[in-house]
Order: sequence, then structure tokens, then C-alpha cells
Amino acid sequence: MSADAEWLELACGVFLLAAVAVVWRRDAAANARLLAVQGVALAAIAVVLGADQHHPELYAVAAGVGVLRAVILPGILRRAVTARAEDRESRPLMNVGASLLASAVLVLLAYTAAAPMVRLENTSAARALPVGLAVVLIGLLVLVTRRKALSQIAGFLLLDNGITAIAFLAAAGVPLLVELGVSFDLLLAVLVLRVLSNRLRASFGSADLDDLRELHD
Amino acid sequence: MNALGITAHAIAVSLIQVIAVVLGAPLLVGLMRQVRARMEGRVGGGVLQPWRDTRKLLRKERLDPDGTGPAFRTAPLVGVAVGAVAAGAIPLAATGTALGTSVDLIAVVGLLALSSAWLALAGLDTATAFGGMGASREMTIAALAEPTVLMSVFALSARVGSTNLPAIVAAGAANAGRLASPASLLAAVALAVVVLAETGRLPVDNPSTHLELTMVHEAMVLEYSGPDLALVELGAAMRLTVLLGLWSSLFAPFGIATGTGPGALLLGLVVFAAKTALLGVLLAAGEVFTAKLRLFRVPELLAGSFLLGVLAVAASFFLN
Repeated sequence: MSADAEWLELACGVFLLAAVAVVWRRDAAANARLLAVQGVALAAIAVVLGADQHHPELYAVAAGVGVLRAVILPGILRRAVTARAEDRESRPLMNVGASLLASAVLVLLAYTAAAPMVRLENTSAARALPVGLAVVLIGLLVLVTRRKALSQIAGFLLLDNGITAIAFLAAAGVPLLVELGVSFDLLLAVLVLRVLSNRLRASFGSADLDDLRELHD
Repeated sequence: MNALGITAHAIAVSLIQVIAVVLGAPLLVGLMRQVRARMEGRVGGGVLQPWRDTRKLLRKERLDPDGTGPAFRTAPLVGVAVGAVAAGAIPLAATGTALGTSVDLIAVVGLLALSSAWLALAGLDTATAFGGMGASREMTIAALAEPTVLMSVFALSARVGSTNLPAIVAAGAANAGRLASPASLLAAVALAVVVLAETGRLPVDNPSTHLELTMVHEAMVLEYSGPDLALVELGAAMRLTVLLGLWSSLFAPFGIATGTGPGALLLGLVVFAAKTALLGVLLAAGEVFTAKLRLFRVPELLAGSFLLGVLAVAASFFLN
């Protein structure tokens, strides 16, 4: 196994572990830190692939992805965290133990579903493809089972990190222009969610999305 | 060499390991208590305190509570015996132990589960509320820890192609690069959590508490006194030493003797003692900064370690 392949494996391992740790931890500040770690791992994946496949363009994409996903987005999330107990995910719809077991099932599902793609092209990037798929599924799980707005932003970011990782691993990255557009969309979405959670907190005193069940005038 | 292929050297290795664990286990516990005491600003009883306690307890009279049966009487002996067999079987200082090819990782795990199940029976045998509560909690934690152990075993044995413990350790010692692979790191973390749960350390169980509602291990052994208590404590200390030694042999097999020379064996023994002491000190230092988890949060911790085990298996099967 070449050194590049080992680095790729390590980066993908950290990437997946960060996603699992987001499921594990309940408080939003820790989740912001974990998302920063995941952003660094994602940038590392892009750099390793760029070195492996001699795509200098990927370095620029890696730098952009790194700045956005390791610094800016977790920063926005962290600024939204108030040191109050209500930001903790105290009663998720699915308890943490069950969500962890569900993520184990999702990881296995991702590996099984991606098996044909891995067989198609047996490179180290293709073998790491299931990791991206697993992170997408775990992000969806977090998005569906958490009640607080901040945790849902974390789930959304997980989902998008997973999609970007798949783009890198399957097609050596999308063109720079498209990547820029997607990143800008992502930034806007997170900002809008952030504003929404602030408005929620101002009106209800907490950012629990279950309070949005009824219509008010 | 006889029909079973056991050499005199292998028997010597096992004997030395058993003696080292029996003598060293109370010292390890003493060292850990001393580190904790110093870090909390207390003077502490010294590293030899567990041996002094043992001497005091052995001089006392044996007492059985009324109505207890064989489970209560045999549990201390089973605990020490299981610890001794495990210490003789697991490659701690050298890979060539007397039980050789029959030391399956799954068998060792089963052996250790036997002693905790027996102790739980003893806790039930006393028919006190605490004994039953402790036994029920211990079994809950053991049942949750077991799947993680199996997952980690699969992850470790997949790359060697065998669940034979000396083979896994020898392969790790021969190829150190493998130990840094994602599968191995994940399995290391998963097994570390299990070791904490199985030896009753923080954050799963507090070994230094006698507070009614939080005891797990201490609740089961509450009725023991005198020489029986000494044996129970020795068994628990040996269990801790063996599990820490097993963990370090699996994930940091540096300096373990793979040959047959007495020099290598001596070096392996010294390195084993140093590694176990280092792990013990790290564990004790970590415990100073850790609070015990609520009992209902323990399944979360163990589910997390199970997930890490599953990821380790996935990594070792799919990435290679």
C-alpha cells in the first residue's frame, strides 16, 4: 500500500469518526469543534487526492474547503452557542445509545451499497467512497432525530461534508466554479438557519424546533 | 517436549507471568491509589498499602453470613484462579506461553466473564439488597460490553487470519506499522472503554466509593470479610493487571519476548511491568479529572464503543 493511500485512509477515518462523535456528543460547542476537525479532514482528503492524481486545481479547492468548513462554518455555529443549558440536546427524539447503534447500521449499509462502485474501480479513492456515503446517512439521521436548531445545523453540515467528500472521492472533485457556488449556498443556508435559531430563541426562549408545531399570528 | 508440544521454556514463561501478576497486581493498585492521592493533595498510604491490607485481612477469622451457599464461598477462589490462568495464558512478557495455540482471544474473554458471573452469583447468594443490586448492574454492564469485545476481536483477528492470541501479538510485534492503521486504532479505543467497564474503573464504576446508590463492584463484595475479602481484592487487582497487560500486548507489543532466551524473557518482563505501571498511572491520573457517569448513561458509552468496534471491523474488511 502506498503512502498516499495510507494518508487517505487516515483522513477518511478521522472524517468518519468526527461524524460519529457528533452523534455521541450532546452539547453544541463540542459539535462545533468536531465539525472543525471534520473540515480539516475533508481538506486533507482533497490535498491527498490532488497529490495522488496530480490535480493542482484540487489544492485551491482544498484551501477554500478548509477555510469555509474548518473555520467559518464552525465559527458561526460556535458564536450561536450561548452557555445556557438549553443548547444541550437533552431529549433527542431517539436516545443517544440508539442513535449510535443506528449509525453503526448506517455505516454497514453505506459499505454494502457502495460495494458495486468499489468493484467498478478498485483504487484507494474508490475504496474510501463508502465513508462519504456513511457521513451523508449519519448527517440525515442527526437532522431527523434532533430537536434543537443548532444540532440540526450540525446535521446539515455533516450531510454537506459527506456530499463534498463523495464528490472528491468519486470524481476527483467538481469544477472549481461549481464548488464555489455550492460553498456559497452552504454559507447562506447556515447563516439563514443561524438567524432563524436566534429569532426562535428571542420568541420562545429556546431553540427547540418542537415549539413550531402550532401557527401563531 | 511432550505430546502436547509444551516445552519447559513455555512452562517457565507461564509460571513467571503468573508469579509476576500475583505479586505485582496489589502493587499496581497501590501505585494507582498513590498517584490519585498525590494529585488530590493527600499523602496516600504508599504503594505497599494493598499488601499490608492483605496481611491484616489474612490474619482475621473467616465469617460466612447465615444462609449463604457454595457460590459465596467459592467466588473469591474462582476470581483468583481465573486471574492466574489468564495471567499464565495471555502473552504478557513473552509470546510463547504454555497454553500456546489453545489461547483464543474469545476463550480469554470467556474466562474473564466466568469470574465476573461467579462474583455476581455470590452477590445474589448473600440475599442482601446491595448484593442483588450490584450483581444486576454488573451483569448489565458485562452484557453491554461483550458485543464490543467480540467486534474488536474480529477486527484484530481479520488482519492476522487467526483469533489465536500469541499469533495476533507476534504479528503486531513483527509489523509495528499495522498498529497505526485505522482498524487497529479504532479497536484500541473500543477495547480501552471495555477494559474500564470490566475492571470497574471510572467513569463506569468508582472503585473507591462505598456510597450505597453508586456502588457496582463494591456492592457485590460487601458481605466478604477477612481472608475471603483479601482474595476478592487480589482477584480484582489481578483482573485489572491482566486486562491492562492484554491491552498493551495487543496495541503496543514493544519489547515482548518472541524468542526463547532468558535475557529476552527478562527484558519482556521488565517492559511488561513498565507498560502496565504507565497505563495504571495514566488511568489513575485520568480518574482524578473524571466524574462517574450516571448509570443510565453507561449504555451510551458502551454503545459508542460498540460503534467504534463495528467501524474497526468495517475498516479491516473493506479498506484492505
